[in-house]
Amino acid sequence: MSASHEKPVFKNGMVRWVDDRLPVVTVMYNAIGPGHPTPKNLSYWWNFGSLAGLMLGLQIITGIVLAMHYNPSAAEAFNSVEHIMRDVNFGWFLRYAHANGASMFFIVVYIHIFRGLYYGSYKSPRELLWMLGVVILLCMMATAFMGYVLPWGQMSFWGAKVITGLFGAIPLVGEPLQIWLLGGFAPDNASLNRFFSLHFLLPFVIAAVIILHIWALHIPGSSNPTGVEVKSESDTVPFHPYYTAKDGFGLGVFLILYCLMLFFLPNALGHPDNYIPANPMSTPAHIVPEWYFWPFYAILRAFTADFFFIPAKLMGVLAMFSAILVWFFLPWLDNSPVRSGNYRPLFRKFFWFGLLPCVLVLGYCGGAPAEEPFVMISQIATAYYFLHFLVILPIVSSVEKPEPLPYSITESVLGSDDKATLASGN
Amino acid sequence: MAIQTMKTALLAFGLTVGLASGVGLASGPALAAGEEVDLINEHFHHEGPFGAFDKAAVQRGYQVFTTVCASCHGAKYLAFRNLGEIGYTEDQIKAMASQYTVTDGPNDDGEMFDRPAIASDYFPSPYPNEKAARAANGGAYPPDLSLITKAREHGTDYVYSLMVGYEEAPADVTIGEGMYYNAYFAGHQIGMPQPLYGDDVTYQDGSSSDIHQEAHDVVSFLHWLAEPKLEERKRTGIKAMIFLVIFSGIFYAYKRRVWADLH
Amino acid sequence: MADSAIGSGHADIGTRRDFLELVAWSSAAVGAGCLALPLIDSMNPSADVLALSSTEVDISGIDEGMAITVTWRGSPVFVRHRTGAEIEEAEGVDMGALRDPQTDESRVIDPKWLVVSGVCTHLGCVPVGNKPSENRGEFGGWFCPCHGSQFDTSGRIRKGPAPTNLPVPEYAFTSETSIKIG
Repeated sequence: MSASHEKPVFKNGMVRWVDDRLPVVTVMYNAIGPGHPTPKNLSYWWNFGSLAGLMLGLQIITGIVLAMHYNPSAAEAFNSVEHIMRDVNFGWFLRYAHANGASMFFIVVYIHIFRGLYYGSYKSPRELLWMLGVVILLCMMATAFMGYVLPWGQMSFWGAKVITGLFGAIPLVGEPLQIWLLGGFAPDNASLNRFFSLHFLLPFVIAAVIILHIWALHIPGSSNPTGVEVKSESDTVPFHPYYTAKDGFGLGVFLILYCLMLFFLPNALGHPDNYIPANPMSTPAHIVPEWYFWPFYAILRAFTADFFFIPAKLMGVLAMFSAILVWFFLPWLDNSPVRSGNYRPLFRKFFWFGLLPCVLVLGYCGGAPAEEPFVMISQIATAYYFLHFLVILPIVSSVEKPEPLPYSITESVLGSDDKATLASGN
Repeated sequence: MAIQTMKTALLAFGLTVGLASGVGLASGPALAAGEEVDLINEHFHHEGPFGAFDKAAVQRGYQVFTTVCASCHGAKYLAFRNLGEIGYTEDQIKAMASQYTVTDGPNDDGEMFDRPAIASDYFPSPYPNEKAARAANGGAYPPDLSLITKAREHGTDYVYSLMVGYEEAPADVTIGEGMYYNAYFAGHQIGMPQPLYGDDVTYQDGSSSDIHQEAHDVVSFLHWLAEPKLEERKRTGIKAMIFLVIFSGIFYAYKRRVWADLH
Repeated sequence: MADSAIGSGHADIGTRRDFLELVAWSSAAVGAGCLALPLIDSMNPSADVLALSSTEVDISGIDEGMAITVTWRGSPVFVRHRTGAEIEEAEGVDMGALRDPQTDESRVIDPKWLVVSGVCTHLGCVPVGNKPSENRGEFGGWFCPCHGSQFDTSGRIRKGPAPTNLPVPEYAFTSETSIKIG
């Protein structure tokens, strides 16, 4: 590995003084600075990791300030959100930035995940890196769910009720577990307060797992569109300024999209019912989770009949969680030696015409009312989803004949690599 | 390499837009969960990326609201001081507030007492609580209107349509007791009697007060009430967009320059 | 960022690239600054708090020689109906005898009414002396029980550790019998 962790020499005496005693500058230098050699052929798909990190930062910052004005009591939560929207200086900005920020965070993370799925970023030696990513996604989902409860509107309340109800499906301990989660028999003050507490805590847990995620990334270094590992220094460029500049440009484009939502369509991704205060006596006509849960929600609802001795409700819950848990096993389900989808003709077809449309269809059905034809479509898509990971990928990886790989990253970029010519003995 | 980069950039952009529009599309069936009714698409001055409130219409709407709606509906997030944002002067606000009575206290004797409202008070609700409101309205609850245009799908068009949507019930529809027929209400039977007929108010600025004008004005007011920071939000948004376009341009140039020695 | 000039190993760093680098990272800093402003401003008093920053007080019920405490911006304010003797005493003080020289004239609108902050300028306790039965100290005004500061009938510091007079809040008479503080 060309990751040369030699100690950089800093010109500034002050910096040198600090770094000799606590090498934070060296750590940064080697993590995201010129000391981090990065494959030189990363495409814009590789921008989404740093964007995700940035979104976490923005969410934490806006969230901390919002928490200074928010009041987590069932009687006052809704009022305090309106107080933020109407009276707090720039409160509307903070709240819309935070609410839309959650959506943008998920868009970025989903693209990041699908990039990993296509380019085989989960394969050896990056299995732990990938699994830590799945842990981050699970924490994000829990955080987002609890955050959506905080405004204490109709969707907040009924979302809390329905999602905690999922745990009620677990045999024997289900009901006491649900009551324990809520701290009562229905969502109320106790639930709201603990959700607020955990919503505040979890982002810092995520930040900690991200540190591990980045640490695990720096051992083998970034993957790249060819999937061929770095062979020599000529395959790499220093992270700074090459990728800081590229990430900066990507950030600008991303922020334009984010700000379009925040300033001009702030409620487009929300649900009007959440502007009605929570009412435990009346359920809204059509309850749906936030869009980023729709694919999983569709899988949950796809199970309408009991499966042998397992009740439909439990099946749905198990399937929904399995849809993410299956990713933990992905490095072993797909054991093709070739990483990148660019050199895997069969894998590529199933990715673009199988998995991706399947997830989009599931997303569509998850947001639709629970009626035909959406239920049947969700069932077909759910079946494909699990088939894809559990059956198709293992088969494809053993029968597929991969296309020839370039010798090195340099060859893929320039069309030739002197070292390749030497290695092949010509 | 340049072409490849452009291709991936295009792909990335395409996917983002695709995802976003997928989300937009997917909300289609969610909306249609209720009954299919095409709302009247009324044009409001506050629409569009540059749209600001028509203050005259919002003021007229406030007049309609206080004269007609407020006898049954509350607006608990409306403080009289907020009326300054729609063009009333401090003295006008004081005078308007003082026409309402609010309960204050306890005083030194421990009693609650009534006094005329001042600018920092909130608009008094017509009923002390939801049960009292239901009791007075045959079991139906007139909702608080502070957020109504944000609490309904296509809220401004919906409330406008509802205001002008009262009709004679078709022959094959039986209307329950104490219910009224409205073309735009889910199920068409609504507990609220027709609130606007035209000429319910005499506008101080001499505008025509036909039912369409009144409905337009009151919806303008209600949307201001639901989203009072709309103008500040859009103004800030435009500044942010200008900054970000420049920011992206600079970083694009910087990135090209940095990578130039590699290509 | 500051270290970008070293270690990159490229000899051909042109001035154009240096310039673009400077502009790019400066614009990022400007953006971060613009984002910080609303976050910081949101911690200032909100509109509903500012709306309560003035208080109307009915003074018709205060007998001569008495004072009342009203709440203004979350802190006490004394409104005192001074007797003729108290006014005379306040006006007759030699400026040289004061730690924080201010004429009584400059501290009142109508000499019969004294409006001062009820927070001791020493360490923030509330002095006593609104009722004649309470300890008003040697100078007939207020006495701070925490550290013994003594104020005269114009609310000026005369003895004890407090550094300055009790401040006079901004107020105005809205009628014969009511004042608006703030």
